[in-house]
Amino acid sequence: MTKTLQSRANPLAATSEQLRVLNSVAAAAAARIPAFATKMAGAGLDPLLATGITVFQINVGKLCNQTCAHCHVDAGPDRREVMSQECAELCIRAVAQTDIPTVDITGGAPELAPCFRWLVERARGLGRHVIDRCNLTILLVPSQADLGEFLARQQVEIIASLPYFRASQTDAQRGEGVFEKSIAALSKLNALGYGREGTGLQLNLVYNPVGAFLPPKQEGIELQFKRELERQHGVVFNRLFTITNMPISRFLEFLMASGNYEGYMERLVNAFNAAAAAGVMCRYTISVGWEGTLYDCDFNQMLDLPVRHGAPRHIREFDAAALHTRRIVTANHCYGCTAGTGSSCSGSIY
Amino acid sequence: MESYYHPHDLSKFAEMGQGNKELWEKFFAYYSAVFADGALTEREKALIALGVAHAVQCPYCIDAYTQSCLEKGSNVEEMTEAVHVACAIRGGASLVHGLQMRNVAQKLSM
Repeated sequence: MTKTLQSRANPLAATSEQLRVLNSVAAAAAARIPAFATKMAGAGLDPLLATGITVFQINVGKLCNQTCAHCHVDAGPDRREVMSQECAELCIRAVAQTDIPTVDITGGAPELAPCFRWLVERARGLGRHVIDRCNLTILLVPSQADLGEFLARQQVEIIASLPYFRASQTDAQRGEGVFEKSIAALSKLNALGYGREGTGLQLNLVYNPVGAFLPPKQEGIELQFKRELERQHGVVFNRLFTITNMPISRFLEFLMASGNYEGYMERLVNAFNAAAAAGVMCRYTISVGWEGTLYDCDFNQMLDLPVRHGAPRHIREFDAAALHTRRIVTANHCYGCTAGTGSSCSGSIY
Repeated sequence: MESYYHPHDLSKFAEMGQGNKELWEKFFAYYSAVFADGALTEREKALIALGVAHAVQCPYCIDAYTQSCLEKGSNVEEMTEAVHVACAIRGGASLVHGLQMRNVAQKLSM
């Protein structure tokens, strides 16, 4: 089983080391891998500015029951970072001041945070759409036996990771036996009405490439997933989102160890798409860390790159108007969101 | 080690346009049209291309279409079967020519 970078004292556990690696490849191969800001300037998108906030994303911590090989959070069972009740209350106070329609809760396995259900109930009480980014196997953990019922009762949208419709690929990324457990969890959610027509219970899956390559077109792979999961396992779902692996954290470790790092960065650069770059999720998202710091996205959060350029930096100082038009913080990992048809927490950009 | 094949040459493929731009552009337009979604999907076409790449034993094509198949959502099991199709056709093509051998041998023999 994969262990967290932190538990192995891997140098990449330090975000400064990840940023050094990301910057050095651009310096060493400047012609083939220009700095992201240079590429954005060529597309007329530097500086990149926010266009408002429609998604309030809360990362409640790094604790997880899985240790996936590609995890950008370096989450795992040994991580202890978790959002306090006080911080959760500040988040809900901030949401209540605004008309931001969607509250997106992520982790780690967000359901393991003591404040998770409180956040869901309060956000739903404010009439907001709530998303739970779920790893599926958490539904089989004994302490979470009633999780599915809770989420259904609260009408929470579930966005669940399932990188492929076969066990070998899924287990290679997420751990031995994860595919079988994921199918059991999906069957449980289907039995509650999730993914079924007319229930209003949205069950969306996330495809991540199991390796150093870009995801396929979303519509095509969604059809394959639907056909294979229903035929082989009787599982149904609403939509499939394709997400590109970010060259950070444990996926960066894989890229370097397998000799794929420079080739993957070059692949992302060659697939740079100005239309996708114009629609990146950071332009309409604010991301809150487990300790309350504000970020442009969850990836910047994992690289310790908080909002800058004069924007309020902590949930305590939340000011929607000041954040609406903020300048986004970018670095070379951002190529992951602008390649091909683009990548966001809601799948391909167009 | 010296070799006729270099992986980084694949990314220089477009340099072939420098000798005759018009022919290159015609070839590239045709090539792009061939691999677009049609009666067959892009994914199916990439699997055929992978099989053909093995039949013609082009290392550049094998490199490019292995990546292409993965990026179109195919898995290694499907890709392996595509290679077996190429293998079966190549092997079958040799074997079926055995009939020529038999015909010649029959004509020459008493």
